Amino acid sequence: MKFKRYSIPYSLWLLVFIVIPLVLVVYYAFTTGDSQDFSTFQFNMENFKRFFTHIYTSVLLRSVNLALVSTVLCLLLGYPIAFIISKEKEKTRNILILFFVIPMWMNFLLRTYAWLALLGKNGIINIIITKLGFQPLDLLYNDSAVLLGMVYNFLPFMVLPIYSVLVKLDPKLVEAAEDLGANRIITFLKVIFPLSLPGVITGISMVFIPAVSTFVISSLLGGNKSNLIGNLIEQQFRYTGDWHFGSAMSIILMIFILLTMIFSYKFDKEKEGDGGGLW
Amino acid sequence: MKKIKSIAMIIIVLSILIVATGCGDSKPKLNVYNWGDYIDMDVLDQFEDEYGIEVVYDTFATNEDLYVKLKQGGSSYDVIFPSDYMIERMIREDLLVKINKDNITNFQKVGQSFLNLEYDPQNEYAVPYMWGTVGIIYNKTKVSQPLDSWADLWDPQYEGQIVMYNSQRDSLAVALLKLGYSINTRNIDELEQAKDELITQKPLVKAYMGDEVKGAVVSGEADVAVVYSGDAVTMIAENPDLEYVVPVEGTNLWFDSMVIPKSTQNQEGAEKFIDFMTRPDIAAKNAEYIGYSSPIPEAVELLDEEVKNDPTAYPSAEVLEKTEVFKDPMDIIKEYDRIWTEVTSQQ
Repeated sequence: MKFKRYSIPYSLWLLVFIVIPLVLVVYYAFTTGDSQDFSTFQFNMENFKRFFTHIYTSVLLRSVNLALVSTVLCLLLGYPIAFIISKEKEKTRNILILFFVIPMWMNFLLRTYAWLALLGKNGIINIIITKLGFQPLDLLYNDSAVLLGMVYNFLPFMVLPIYSVLVKLDPKLVEAAEDLGANRIITFLKVIFPLSLPGVITGISMVFIPAVSTFVISSLLGGNKSNLIGNLIEQQFRYTGDWHFGSAMSIILMIFILLTMIFSYKFDKEKEGDGGGLW
Repeated sequence: MKKIKSIAMIIIVLSILIVATGCGDSKPKLNVYNWGDYIDMDVLDQFEDEYGIEVVYDTFATNEDLYVKLKQGGSSYDVIFPSDYMIERMIREDLLVKINKDNITNFQKVGQSFLNLEYDPQNEYAVPYMWGTVGIIYNKTKVSQPLDSWADLWDPQYEGQIVMYNSQRDSLAVALLKLGYSINTRNIDELEQAKDELITQKPLVKAYMGDEVKGAVVSGEADVAVVYSGDAVTMIAENPDLEYVVPVEGTNLWFDSMVIPKSTQNQEGAEKFIDFMTRPDIAAKNAEYIGYSSPIPEAVELLDEEVKNDPTAYPSAEVLEKTEVFKDPMDIIKEYDRIWTEVTSQQ
C-alpha cells in the first residue's frame, strides 16, 4: 500500500512524459492532414506507404549500415582499451578512465565542430600532409567523415560498460583457468570474454541507438549531402512541418531499435551474466 | 515525515526560484526572431537604452524554419523577418497583424521601389529591412575562366568545389534558372526536371550549407558557391580573391521585411522596434555591419563611397531587369517538400 502511494508521482510522470507523447506519435503516424489541426486528420496508411518506396528505404538501410559499421569499429577499438585499462592498478585505472570521460564534459556539438577544423581542406591534418610533400586529401563531407564522427563521439559508451564488467570480474576464475592448464588466449576466449558479454551487449546498444538516429553528425561532417534517417525526421519536423510523415519514420526507427534490443537481451539472458554496467 | 518535509522545502524553494527568475524584472520584453548573422548586435543595445524595452533575440536559418516555428505556436514572437514569398503566405494564412503606419514615422524614408510590391500590395503588413540578389561567388585564382552562368555549377571541372544552399527554394531556383524556367513555375513537369538537374549535380557538390558557406569559401575550403549578394559583400571584404556574379540567365530578387505575427504580446513595442530599425542611421549601421543592401536611400547615402558603388550590393538596372521575385507556391508547396526530400536523400 505504501509503495503504491509513493509511486503515484512516478506513474504520473511516466504517463505525461512518456505514454502520452508516444500515443501522440503513433496517432500522427497513422493519420494525414494539416499537422496543426486535429479536425483535418484522417486515418490511413499513407505515411507508411510513402516510406516504403525505394528512396526512403535506402536512406534507412544506409543509416543502419553506417550505425552497424560504427558499432563494430567501436567494439574493436573499445574492447582492447577497456581490457588494458582494467588490468592496470586501481589508481592508474581511475586516472585513465577519467581521461576517457573528460572530453564528454565538453559539449557534443563543439567536439564535432572541432573535427571541421581538423579535417578541412586547409585543416590541420591536411597542412601536415602537404608539409610532408603529399597531395591534400578530401577528408570532409563524406561517409568516412561521418563514420569518424560517430566512432569518436560514441566510443566512451562502448568502453565504460565493458570496463565496469571487466573490473568486477573475479580474478580467481582466471587463476582457476590457468591452474587447469589454459594458456592466456584460451583463458580469454573461454573465461574472460564470455563473462564480459553483458558489458559488450550494453555497449553495443548504447552505441548503435544514438548512431542510427543521429542527424547532427551527418549534417556537420557529411555536409547535408546524404541524409540519414535522423536527418529525414528532423527535416519533416523543422522545415516541412509534416509531423505525420515524421512520426511514421520515428515509429519505424523505434521498431528497428526495439528489435535490436530484444535480440541483445535474449543473447544476454542465455549467457546469464551479472548486470552490465551503466544500465 | 522529516524526509517529506525536506522534499517539500526543496520544491518550495525551487518554485520560488523559478518564479523569481521568470518575472524578476518588470522591463517590458520584445521577442525578435531574425535570420542568423543578420544584424549589428550593438543596435539592439541602443534600442534597449533608448526605449527601455528588453529585446529577446533569437535566430532562424530558412524561411521554412521560421514558418514551421510560427505555425506550431508555443513561442510568441513580436517581430519577425520573413522574405517576400513567405510574407505572402503568412498574409494568406492570416498569421500577421496590420502595422499601424502612424507609429512608423520613418516609413516615408523607405525607397519607392521597395513599396507596393506584389507580396504586400498596400504596404499593410511589412516594412522592408534588406534586399538583394542571389548569385555565384567564386575564387578568381582557382578557376580557368570567369563564371557567368548557372550552368557553370554543373561543370565537372569544379567537382567537389561547389557549395549549394541547404534550402529548398534557393536550390530549386538555381536549377530552374539553368533550365530557363520561371523560378515560380507551377508546372510539375518543369519542377521534376529541376529535381533531376539537382540530382545530376549532386556528385559535384561538396556540401549543402547554410550560413557556414561564408567561412567555407573565405577560408578556401570550397571555391564556388551560391550565395546571397549581402553575404558576398562580406566575403569579398575578407578575401579579395573572391568575385560575385549574377548569372546571365537572371536571378532571384528578394526582400526581407519586418512583420508582426498575430501571436504578438507587445504590438506597440514591435512597432517602436520596426520604426527604430527603419531610422536611416540605424539602417546604415546594420547595412554596414552585415553587408546587405538597405532599402532606405538616406541610409545608403551614409555608407562609404566604395560600398555605395559596389555592384554586388547595389546592382545596375540592367541586372535588376532580369530578376524575378519568389511567389508563394501555395498548394504546390507539397511538391517542393517532396522534391527537396528526394534530392537530399539521393546518394
